[in-house]
Amino acid sequence: MTRTNEVLAYIVLAAVGILGPVFFENYIQQIAVLWIMVLMASTWDITGGQMGYNSLGNITFFGAGMYISAVVQISMGYDVAEYTAAFGAIKVDFTDTQYFTGIALGIIAGGIGAFLIAILFGIAVFGLRGPYFAIGTLGIAVAAGQFVGTIQYLGGGSGISMPVYPGGVDQRNVFFYILCFIITVISHIFLKWLYSTQFILAINAIRDDEDKAEAMGIKTGIYKVVAWSIAAFFMGLIGAVFGNMIGFIEPIEVAFPTATFGIFMVAMALLGGKGTLWGPILGAIVFHIIKETTWTLLLGWQWVALGTLIIINIVFFQQGIVGWLQEVKPEWFGLTVDSTSKKSEA
Amino acid sequence: MLDNLKLLFIWAPVMNVQLILDGIFIGAVFALTAYGLALVWGVMNIKNLAQGDFVIMGGYISFALFNAGFHPLLTLPLAMILMFGFGWLVYVIIIRRVIDKDMFTSLLATFGLSLLMQQVINLIFGPEVQTVDPDFKIYSAFDDFVTIPSIKILSLVLAALLALGVVLFMKKSRLGQSIRATAQDPRAARVMGINTDRVYAITFALNAAICGAAGVLVAMIWVIQPFYGIVYSIRSFAIVTASGLGNLPAVIGAGFGLGLAEQYTGIVFGAEYQVASAVVLLLLVLMWRQIKLRQKREVVR
Repeated sequence: MTRTNEVLAYIVLAAVGILGPVFFENYIQQIAVLWIMVLMASTWDITGGQMGYNSLGNITFFGAGMYISAVVQISMGYDVAEYTAAFGAIKVDFTDTQYFTGIALGIIAGGIGAFLIAILFGIAVFGLRGPYFAIGTLGIAVAAGQFVGTIQYLGGGSGISMPVYPGGVDQRNVFFYILCFIITVISHIFLKWLYSTQFILAINAIRDDEDKAEAMGIKTGIYKVVAWSIAAFFMGLIGAVFGNMIGFIEPIEVAFPTATFGIFMVAMALLGGKGTLWGPILGAIVFHIIKETTWTLLLGWQWVALGTLIIINIVFFQQGIVGWLQEVKPEWFGLTVDSTSKKSEA
Repeated sequence: MLDNLKLLFIWAPVMNVQLILDGIFIGAVFALTAYGLALVWGVMNIKNLAQGDFVIMGGYISFALFNAGFHPLLTLPLAMILMFGFGWLVYVIIIRRVIDKDMFTSLLATFGLSLLMQQVINLIFGPEVQTVDPDFKIYSAFDDFVTIPSIKILSLVLAALLALGVVLFMKKSRLGQSIRATAQDPRAARVMGINTDRVYAITFALNAAICGAAGVLVAMIWVIQPFYGIVYSIRSFAIVTASGLGNLPAVIGAGFGLGLAEQYTGIVFGAEYQVASAVVLLLLVLMWRQIKLRQKREVVR
């Protein structure tokens, strides 16, 4: 993207991010979810778009962050097993300091925990390629949901109610909105920096031809695991925030929703155009707007509409919005098209 | 867990008979769906993640027809015919367009399809667990320790007959030959005058019909629910990855093996691990292949 376009995009996004919740107070949670989706799509794109490893299981880290932060937060004041055994029936009173230090430590622990889990799983699955990698990661996500559901320490299938925010509802919404927004901004800045280093060249080389990349001396194994762990770190952070924002976590629907967020992030990245910095962001915004409007207009049939959208997106519109724009208006992105080489390719 | 093991091997060894029989009955259904998956995977290189939802849809067709007054066994051919048509439709609308794209596209497109199908089924039939109760005779043995509903035996026979029918169709018929030829080399098949587009359509529709038949059996011997599909997809992926493409005896063996493994984990670790065991087995198979190939410095593609 050219400099001016980029500045323009940042101004628009900052305006939405800061003024949006001020003017549309009732939609503050929806806008918070929008930032979560932007983060999900952008971090999925690290492995999916830039590295060519299409994971269907990044949602595992979302749930992992959520559960790790829950355990950390509750253990600030209570015995976790006792707390979860009561299914939230214990009226919990955390003092303000306890709550806020708990949530801060919980979010950080969620990110780091997800990072470590990603390293562990990454070593296990990155020998797989193509469809096997996608199926293997999907398997991990499904298995994670099933297994967490059997652990009584973590509340089993009936979940955990999170500690209650010690302020009013409006204040609570603003607090979590700011957290979501800040984490998304941090992830974007980090990715922008990451995509200007040599790291991006290495993982792009893996996408284009892994065997050749390895022959050129790139330690592909390490790069693959690191790229996935970075995505996992941010997914863990946002998972921890999301768990607190919803207030109640449960393994299948909230923490490891393979069929909703798990597939949405892939769909969003593809809708916007994978393998670009701005594609996933644009895709997430468009997808979220479509999702929210269908939610209110097509009561009951919204899932059908979303499934149809995903299929149409994948079958007919694979290059995504940004990919399409790059073809039609290359000058917007500061790209110069060598028409002779393009002709010879065709 | 130790108590469960004791129960199985010391206190009541006869329970093993029940488990093994149940494992075989349900394993036959798994093998059937996995064979369908191996068919589309091998012939047209489509990894169909909506496989399980075809199964569930077949089950619900049977359920609807049964409620409309049809005999449960009559719903089997009807569901197969309807699913054949549905498979053809899906091929024309979606699969035809992703067939020559990269593999992830087909995976994701069928995942979207699976999402769509479960939601539509959910809207039509509701999220309750359903079953088709054919009210057949129940045999029992070993002082009622082992019960065998005759419908389960019947379903095993039907599954075997279906598998036999499909194998004969693939081996003997002209159409089956052209399907196999297309699998070997689509370009050469086209040169030889085979309409590969039609072959693909028939293969995909045949897979849907096989899944539909499996779904009817599931509805009769087990339960169906709109969101149970994904587990069947994962099971068939586990079986196909373990046994390879186009290797029917291995598919049947792996199907029975998975059925047994699930029954035993269900008893030994607790029923909540039954679904997880299928997923873990898939991961173990993938891991094992990876280790095997690493010894030769290759990767699982």
